[in-house]
Amino acid sequence: MSKPSDLVQGTLDLLILKILALQPLHGWALSQRLKQISGEVLQVSDGSLYPALHKLEQQGWIRAEWKPSENNRRAKFYSLTRLGKRHLEQEAANWDRISTAISGVLRLTEV
Amino acid sequence: MRLEEWVYTLPLRLRTLLHRKRLSAELEEELRRHIDDQIADNISRGMGRDEARLSALRAFGNPLLLREETRATWSWNGVEQWARDLRIGVRTLRRSPGFAVTAILIMAMGIGANVALFTVIRSVLLQPLPYRDPGRLASLFEHQTHPVDAGYSNYLPVAGGNFGEWKKATRDVAQMALVSTWHQYNLSAEGGKLPEKVDAAWCSGNFFSVLGIAPTLGRVFTEDDDRRGAAAAVVISGGLWRRRYDSDPGIVGKTIWLDARPFTVIGVLPGWFVYEGKYGGGTDQLWTTASHEAPPGFMASFEERGFVAVARLLPGVTLSRLVSQVSALQKQIKRDHPEPSVSDGAQGRAMLDDAVQDYKTPLYVLLAATGCVLLIACLNVAGLLVARAAARSKEIAIRAALGGGRRRLLRERVTEGLLVSAAGGGLGLLLAWAGLQWLMSARQDMNRVASIHMDGIVALFAVTATGLCALVSGAFSVLGSNGKQILAPLQESSRSHSGGRARAGLRKTLLVLEVSLTVVLLVGAGLLVRSYQRLRSADIGVPIDNVLTMHISLPEARYRKPEDRVAFFEQLIARVRALPGVEAAGLVSTAPGEGWGGDRMMSVVEHPSQPKGGGFDILARGADPAYFTAVQVPLLSGRSFTSDERLDRAHVAILSHSAAQEMFPGEDPIGKHLHDGSDGGVFQVIGVVADTRWYVTEPSHPTLYVPIYGNDYSVATIVVRSSHDVESLATPIEKLVGKMDPDLPVSDVLTIRQAIAKTTVDSQFDSIVVLAFAVIALVLASAGLYGVLAYVVAQRTGEIGIRMALGAQRDQVLGLVLADGLRPALIGLLSGLAASAATTRFLKAMLYDTQPLDLQVFAGVTALLMASAALACLVPAWRASRLDPMQALRTE
Repeated sequence: MSKPSDLVQGTLDLLILKILALQPLHGWALSQRLKQISGEVLQVSDGSLYPALHKLEQQGWIRAEWKPSENNRRAKFYSLTRLGKRHLEQEAANWDRISTAISGVLRLTEV
Repeated sequence: MRLEEWVYTLPLRLRTLLHRKRLSAELEEELRRHIDDQIADNISRGMGRDEARLSALRAFGNPLLLREETRATWSWNGVEQWARDLRIGVRTLRRSPGFAVTAILIMAMGIGANVALFTVIRSVLLQPLPYRDPGRLASLFEHQTHPVDAGYSNYLPVAGGNFGEWKKATRDVAQMALVSTWHQYNLSAEGGKLPEKVDAAWCSGNFFSVLGIAPTLGRVFTEDDDRRGAAAAVVISGGLWRRRYDSDPGIVGKTIWLDARPFTVIGVLPGWFVYEGKYGGGTDQLWTTASHEAPPGFMASFEERGFVAVARLLPGVTLSRLVSQVSALQKQIKRDHPEPSVSDGAQGRAMLDDAVQDYKTPLYVLLAATGCVLLIACLNVAGLLVARAAARSKEIAIRAALGGGRRRLLRERVTEGLLVSAAGGGLGLLLAWAGLQWLMSARQDMNRVASIHMDGIVALFAVTATGLCALVSGAFSVLGSNGKQILAPLQESSRSHSGGRARAGLRKTLLVLEVSLTVVLLVGAGLLVRSYQRLRSADIGVPIDNVLTMHISLPEARYRKPEDRVAFFEQLIARVRALPGVEAAGLVSTAPGEGWGGDRMMSVVEHPSQPKGGGFDILARGADPAYFTAVQVPLLSGRSFTSDERLDRAHVAILSHSAAQEMFPGEDPIGKHLHDGSDGGVFQVIGVVADTRWYVTEPSHPTLYVPIYGNDYSVATIVVRSSHDVESLATPIEKLVGKMDPDLPVSDVLTIRQAIAKTTVDSQFDSIVVLAFAVIALVLASAGLYGVLAYVVAQRTGEIGIRMALGAQRDQVLGLVLADGLRPALIGLLSGLAASAATTRFLKAMLYDTQPLDLQVFAGVTALLMASAALACLVPAWRASRLDPMQALRTE
């Protein structure tokens, strides 16, 4: 199945929001950035980006716009909304808290 | 979702809803662009064109699936899927119009009948009365532990004297008022309008204020109007005001003439106002005050039951408390006045119950019948859906194999049921509406029939019924889809000959249910029809063909002296007899079958040993000398009246056979004397005639006849016999009366046959409606039986072919298939008969001279059902037995 697990899906949303916070991108460019940043850690097919993108759009966190791309062809560009920005901040803070906690636990050495 | 987010995403949501096609195209383009970009990128990295394409596609995943997954994240996705299911449903139904039309019609009949009945029950039985705070209103009656008036139920009218005591004693728990609904006035000709006889009620001064009715014009009565010496005042109904006085706003204060006496109109009631109770009242158009109208002594009598008491309970008082208080009081009154016709108790019930008590059982019986029909309709449609599912099992299996989700497939099935039900429900509403129009014109005798209307709750009921039908029919067909083995039909080899048996089994179970319900309906209908036949053929004691009756009532104001009245009657009957076509004519105060008419307490002068106050409560009738020959009541002994036994020589009496036997057991009554308990008159018995019935459904009651020429009679029924076409005599007689007194209306012009039909209309109505439902049920069940068997035969064609090839005889095959079909019918019949035996006792109150376990009806239903079932099974069975074995074996 190309559908990522829930954990990865949640992470995927967060990553998309973070990448789009830096600059508006269209789907393919976004997938390239994703691969570039995360390396081979995220084992998802390119296409599974789209259900995630559309879901985020429906939730109002990102908005889409058809614009000419760098090679002058029409492409659908996604950008972060005000709502999405706030959501990203919250989620990032959440992530920090949880990952700190988990790493803290994992760093415990047996006595 | 928070409000802010909701507002934020609203434009997108709207776009997703309204521009779905464009969004789909855009998604398509977006995905394609991604792949194109990836290909371009791959090429730029030095891949060959084909390799670049394949690699891009591999990296992308399944585009079809991804597209669907993406679409699934859009809002409104559920709505979209549902709409698609609907479209598929409509398409599949359109593909088989025969099935669709049949199923929808069946549903429409079932739902329509139920909605109509529900509307009636809601409007008539459940809706509160349109008075102020109607829940606190009650009707009170007298009650006899040992009823002397065998003909009446135990809710007896109340005597004025008793009411006075009740009212005094219950001042702190209830407000009490009186009403007497069964009066009539001759409304005189005025301003070029014809005279007419108008139904009227006497009431106490506080009647309208107890009910909480405000008049449209003028005022209602006060206690001051309710006195003997008060000025004559009348309150008229909104209907009469519109019809006869053209809604004249100046009517208040005008004088109208009732029974040739002047009355001042003091008020007009709202058009919707109607008071109805056990003793009628729905047709009353005039209200006058009781103390003003009643004869002297009537209001103080403990015996003359002339009223219904209505009470408004004060807050915190229960009906049972009031009834027990009044009942105890009435017992005390009985101790003080031990006369036999003084009641020894009281009864009460909520005013609404009082108005509709007589319709409760019939209406609930009808509702049960329509419920059965609806259930049968659902089962039938479910059967049809199951059959279709079976026929489409391969298609469904293929769709399942291609990835169609099971839930999706089932949902389609339920949607199909829903579509059929919804169309049926819509059509059913129309049917219900038409049915109600018919009912309202056919049953104008029913209390509260005018208040029947469809409203929001009825619509809600229709929707709920439709939903339930969809659920029931859909659920059964889903049950039949045999869940786990959705692929089994594909695995079924073409040579399997027992396939589809399980499904036929389910349909047979449905059939057993259907047949049982049908049997219950048939038995119910059979009993009601039998009861109605008995009723119509009931012998009221006189021939009912070609006899016309018409009613006249002489106003006392104009015919004050007895001589005037007698002279009028004598002249009238002589002129009627002289009309061409009249074979015989007579006068009687109340004709057979026309009702109770009035009774007297009589004792026998020659039997002095009787206890004080003892006597016989017998019906009293005034008759003219030729009455008995005119209606052909045989004279058993003695003689009829003579023409000079009139006025002060009118103290002679003729007894009915049962009266003679009861009052003079083992004696010859001729020449003996009777004493009237109330006015002290003494009558000599001169003859005995055969019994007649006072009401068609009641056994005959002992009756006394005295000369109508005298004895204070001012009302008379003209009875006319003719050899043919007696109704054509009505107009000449009315003209004749008009010539003698232009102010005198002639009313109730009916042949005796019509009068009987009128009093049996409810029985006729109930039996016809239930019979119609039973016939519908029988047709549905037979059709279901035929359908299942035809299906089974089609399924077993191969098997039958093999049997025949191996030597089975045609009649063996016939028997085999017939038994297969008749088994569910037989099981259904047995369970249906058992269910009927358990439930028909609820019909008892509606049956006349018929036992709830009437053997003939049960036997008849058994025969009818088995005959229909055999007929329904015979066709497929015969077809099976005619199969050409070679053909059958080749068929696949």
